[in-house]
Amino acid sequence: MSVPIYWRNVRYKYRLIGTRCKKCGNVTYPPRVVCPKCRSREMEKIELPRRGKLITFTIVRSPPSGFEKYAPYALGIVELENGVKVIAQLTDIDLEKIQSGMAVEAVFRKYKENFEDGIIEYGIKFRPLLKQ
Amino acid sequence: MRRVAIIGVGCTAIGEHWDKSLRQLLVEAALKAMDSADVERIDALYVGNMMSGALQEQEHLGALVASHLGLRGIPACKVEAACASGGMAIHQAFLAVASGMYDYVMAIGGEKMTDRKTPEVTLALAMADDREYTIAVGASFVALNALVYRLYIEKFNVDQEDIALFSVHDHKYSVNNPHAQFKKPLTLEAIMNSPPVADPIRLFECAPIGDGAAAVILAPLDKVKDKENAVEILASTAAIDHLSLNEREDILTLWSTVEASRKAYKIARIEPKDIDLVEVHDAFSILGVLSLEDLGFAEKGKGWQLVKEGQIEKDGDIPTNTMGGLLGRGHPVGGTGVYQVVEAYYQLTGRAGANQVDDAELALTQSLGGVAGTSVIHILKRMR
Repeated sequence: MSVPIYWRNVRYKYRLIGTRCKKCGNVTYPPRVVCPKCRSREMEKIELPRRGKLITFTIVRSPPSGFEKYAPYALGIVELENGVKVIAQLTDIDLEKIQSGMAVEAVFRKYKENFEDGIIEYGIKFRPLLKQ
Repeated sequence: MRRVAIIGVGCTAIGEHWDKSLRQLLVEAALKAMDSADVERIDALYVGNMMSGALQEQEHLGALVASHLGLRGIPACKVEAACASGGMAIHQAFLAVASGMYDYVMAIGGEKMTDRKTPEVTLALAMADDREYTIAVGASFVALNALVYRLYIEKFNVDQEDIALFSVHDHKYSVNNPHAQFKKPLTLEAIMNSPPVADPIRLFECAPIGDGAAAVILAPLDKVKDKENAVEILASTAAIDHLSLNEREDILTLWSTVEASRKAYKIARIEPKDIDLVEVHDAFSILGVLSLEDLGFAEKGKGWQLVKEGQIEKDGDIPTNTMGGLLGRGHPVGGTGVYQVVEAYYQLTGRAGANQVDDAELALTQSLGGVAGTSVIHILKRMR
């Protein structure tokens, strides 16, 4: 990913920021300017809850370019406490021990080192919830 | 709107064409279709392709291919809708003829995937999803389908073997398809013993990387001279959904397929039970199962039963992927939506050889882009 593409999304990705529709209350991640439910353009940025439940997952064994040296790694869909879903990697867990339904929490982690463009990409991953 | 027919088709064999470029494959398929349709002129051209920019560093395919076909001067462009590019190219060609603007319009679809290493192709395919948010976290296209697969088998308490049967089915039928990439039957045991690519998806549950191109020529119905070799397009519809799975309320429903197919049934004035033959976009075994459900052939959570009970065999209630589907015939991405229509044309004109479905009159094809971020549906009817 090029430096300009990476940097313009940093604020959303680093802090897990989505948008809420002022008309119907629908929350989206990633952020949008038009509500996909009611088409209102009155969307406000909100920080999303950092805890949720893993609803499905996979182990990526044949990764796309740039992720070769990290494979195998786990990827899942997390349903946050407010019902918004996020696709992210799972971290700090033995790949064999991952189970759907697990309680997880967001943590800030390195995604990859992109040697071609010279940047190190960071963002949110989810780990098993440490304490209730 | 004018009624529209397909009057000729052509395709290359699918495989690893080390000695042929993307342009050569597209031109080869187009010339075969022009010979088959016996037409002198083409008024417009649409080229369905997803990855020529990423893999060949070549865009502007419409002009490139038209020029190489000796069609200097006609309008031509590339149509891109990820893996549904081929289906969408036919949709555009249909609109061009139906509108009355052009008479003889060609849709070609093709992809040349073996020019690059697997991780590069994996990244190019992943561009079907949201690059900035979903692919950025390390998702591959197989991985996204795997997320759906696990949720399905856990929610409906289904054995993976019952989903993987779709791959056994496809490989059984591609044996008799002259242009198929795979011509060997595959046992369930071999599939379940193949290496995992993105758990639970096994390698032999994935459509292969391959090269190929296919073409169809459309014309107004009233210009059809040879009804034996023509099929009418009763409906050509398309619908989109949010690209990423996390943005959908129901991850297990290919909503764009529900939407596009219901529009198509309404336009064609038929119901799912009237269909004699289906081509579903099973890039992965799980997509075949979901497609049968969302096209209206089975209840949610029960699509796999049609496969297990033999109902999708050529003599079953709903013959499906009777030329091998994506898993057996192959999946040269932008070409696939056109190959499906070419194969349905062969069935409806009685040229499907050993895989011929008796007395097939109505066929449906479903072309998906991404995990059904786009669905394109065609309903075809024989004219003989």
